[in-house]
Amino acid sequence: MRLLFGSFFTFLLAAMIGLGATWFTLTRGVAFGSLTIGAWTAWPKSGTQDIDPYAHASIARDGELPIGIGDGVAFYAHADDTGQEFDGRCTFALSGMTPPARYWTVTLYNLEGGLVANAIDRHGFTSGEILRNVDGRFTITVAPQARPGNWLPTGGIEHFVLVWRLYDTPIGVAATTMKEGPMPAIERKGCS
Amino acid sequence: MIRWLLWILGGILLGGVVHLATVLAMPQAATQDAYSRLAPIAPVNTMVAMPAPTAKTSVIPFMDPAFAAAVCRYDLSTGSIKLNAPVSEAYTSVTFYTRNSIAYYAINDRAAGKRAIELDLMTPEQHAQVPEEEDVTAADRLIIDSPTTTGLIVLRALAPEPGLMPMARQALAAAQCHSEPVQ
Repeated sequence: MRLLFGSFFTFLLAAMIGLGATWFTLTRGVAFGSLTIGAWTAWPKSGTQDIDPYAHASIARDGELPIGIGDGVAFYAHADDTGQEFDGRCTFALSGMTPPARYWTVTLYNLEGGLVANAIDRHGFTSGEILRNVDGRFTITVAPQARPGNWLPTGGIEHFVLVWRLYDTPIGVAATTMKEGPMPAIERKGCS
Repeated sequence: MIRWLLWILGGILLGGVVHLATVLAMPQAATQDAYSRLAPIAPVNTMVAMPAPTAKTSVIPFMDPAFAAAVCRYDLSTGSIKLNAPVSEAYTSVTFYTRNSIAYYAINDRAAGKRAIELDLMTPEQHAQVPEEEDVTAADRLIIDSPTTTGLIVLRALAPEPGLMPMARQALAAAQCHSEPVQ
């Protein structure tokens, strides 16, 4: 009787710990081999056959098609430079430089990876269409209401993700020497 | 007391095993992976345009809206696949995914170095059967080994500004993916 109780307890505990840990790691997006520059994080290995089991599980579960390393690399940001999580009711300024790449795009998604409805039907910018200063630098204003210049609307949703994709780039291929990669700074400007 | 501590320790260890097993099994068990999502709209061994992501719908999450995309859901069981994709004005890439969403190979227009990206996709067994001389004469035709019999080929063409999207779509519309039956 004691053995029965004990083993029942053990199996219950194992199921709780095991499934709980799996759920936790997959919803939190645990993955190894990340490359962080400022507020931006990329997982270059996720675009190769060497993808780690956690990243593989979460990609399969979410139905994503990760960007292949021969194509480019994707940097994700969930928070500004101070680590405060994005809020679509606030205004953020993205400014500075980007690492070398033939093209880049920046896109705003909701947490599920969907585009966010807005009045001007804009979901991001490409390096080919962005308005730049004379020195080649640029500022993108991520805000719920219309702004002059490069305005990326948040649609006023609570949480959002920014994805910066570099196409045809050496970044991520030589992943260990990552000091040269300047990524745009993300500064919170205030909330409406 | 000791007995209960042992039961708890056993539960924790077994829990670790359950965790690793479920993580490793997830790619096989996932019912909403990219392949399953695309299966209803992508016939086998045919290149079809992927619907552009909008705020209302998106077949695949986290797709880049600046790109036109086309997909070929391949099945190598009846023979190898020939892929021919003319490159667009700005930037074109081809990415190969296994049945379980692993991006095992990707190439862009510059790396392909031609007006069109031409590739042969085979299983390792089919590749081994390619006559050696043919392999040499066709050196400019890239042969890719697919780790799985089925999978996805995704073509992406960049529209650097929204007005160029029709051109990017047009470039992809000319892309072909067809099965070469085994002789």
